[in-house]
Amino acid sequence: MSMLELRNVSKVYGGGTTEVDAISDIDLAVDRGSLVAIMGPSGSGKSTLLTIAGTLEQPTTGDVMINGSNVVGMSRNDKARLRRRTIGYVFQDFNLLAGLTAVENVSLPLELDGISMRKARAQGMSALEELGLVDRAESYPDQLSGGERQRVAIARAVVGERSLLLADEPSGALDSVNGEAVMRMILSACHGGVAALVVTHDAKLASWADRVVFLRDGKAVDETLPPQQPEDLLSNDTSSPSES
Amino acid sequence: MSVRHSLLALLSEGQKYGFQLRQEFEASTGEVWPLNVGQVYTTLQRLERDGLAESDDADADERQRNYRITEAGEQELSRWLRTPPDLSQPPRDELVIKVLVASRLPDVDVYDVIQVHRRYVVQLMQQWTHLKEDEANFDLAFALAVDAELFRLDAVVRWLDAADGRLHRAAFESTEDATVAPPRIARRIGAHR
Repeated sequence: MSMLELRNVSKVYGGGTTEVDAISDIDLAVDRGSLVAIMGPSGSGKSTLLTIAGTLEQPTTGDVMINGSNVVGMSRNDKARLRRRTIGYVFQDFNLLAGLTAVENVSLPLELDGISMRKARAQGMSALEELGLVDRAESYPDQLSGGERQRVAIARAVVGERSLLLADEPSGALDSVNGEAVMRMILSACHGGVAALVVTHDAKLASWADRVVFLRDGKAVDETLPPQQPEDLLSNDTSSPSES
Repeated sequence: MSVRHSLLALLSEGQKYGFQLRQEFEASTGEVWPLNVGQVYTTLQRLERDGLAESDDADADERQRNYRITEAGEQELSRWLRTPPDLSQPPRDELVIKVLVASRLPDVDVYDVIQVHRRYVVQLMQQWTHLKEDEANFDLAFALAVDAELFRLDAVVRWLDAADGRLHRAAFESTEDATVAPPRIARRIGAHR
């Protein structure tokens, strides 16, 4: 059973002459332990797909299965609980709360879920420790560098028992070395059993994924083939298979 | 990749044998560019002929000879490091030509052609990225060489994305103009050859 499964999902905004198909007939499955990237230009429906996968928006048609449960038709409270316990988000602009320290930002979702402050803080510290940020735990977001803020955002997304990580352009405006560090952290979460879905227009980020799905005008038009043995690259034969 | 200057760089660190140069060349390029030992000895002969490297015993078997850089070799190495490669002329890029050709053929879906190439390049990037995934085997020279390849391929994907967007916009604004604009670019590229 996949951690996330979109079945024939479509989303239409507006109506009549102003009707816009944001995404159409999307079928997509993300298993535990795997990292899937969605690539596409601006306006291709990437962010809509992610917000539907994260239960923040309802599809017009189709089913969204998270850990075997169909979230379409689920009550608002049930969806909110699912988001707190199961789904972690990483946004391009980090979305940290400015008035909370790093560890408070990370432990907040646990506290909202009813876990005691002491236990939530301990889990928050543990998540920060994994990302090498323990010494920054008491810093406020404006005291952190861009790379550190994004690491805090990732810690917040994977804290507790979350098993689905959704990321929208997760390296934001970070330089390529920090962007790579972000993808390494997401990949590390996947190796720990998390299912991750990343949307990006950046091929360097997408190339960390096990599978890349290409979106165009709201439709999944293509995807990469299963990875080949990397050693093939060092055999000096990197010619295009379509060479004439 | 200049094997000649890379060997000079290795010799600038001190005297070395041919087999040693091969090992160090491969290590310093993260083993991304394999080098056969015959190439090393041929290059060393040429460096010696040009006065850029020398060895003590010219009559000995090449495997027994210990090479060192000359003063002229040091100067040549310094000059080479500071000379930018010629990037002024656009290379004859087969991928660019294929997309340009596809854009003017009425029965060919140029977006489909672009996607075939985009997928292939992203798959190559996945393979390169996978190579540096394992930080336990992290090697700085290797990471730099892999990054160079990833940035090169990324530029190809960006160009494909830009071409895709530009063709869509041209088709939206005028379906007739969309097939007229690209050949002008093709002529300009061809004019350099």
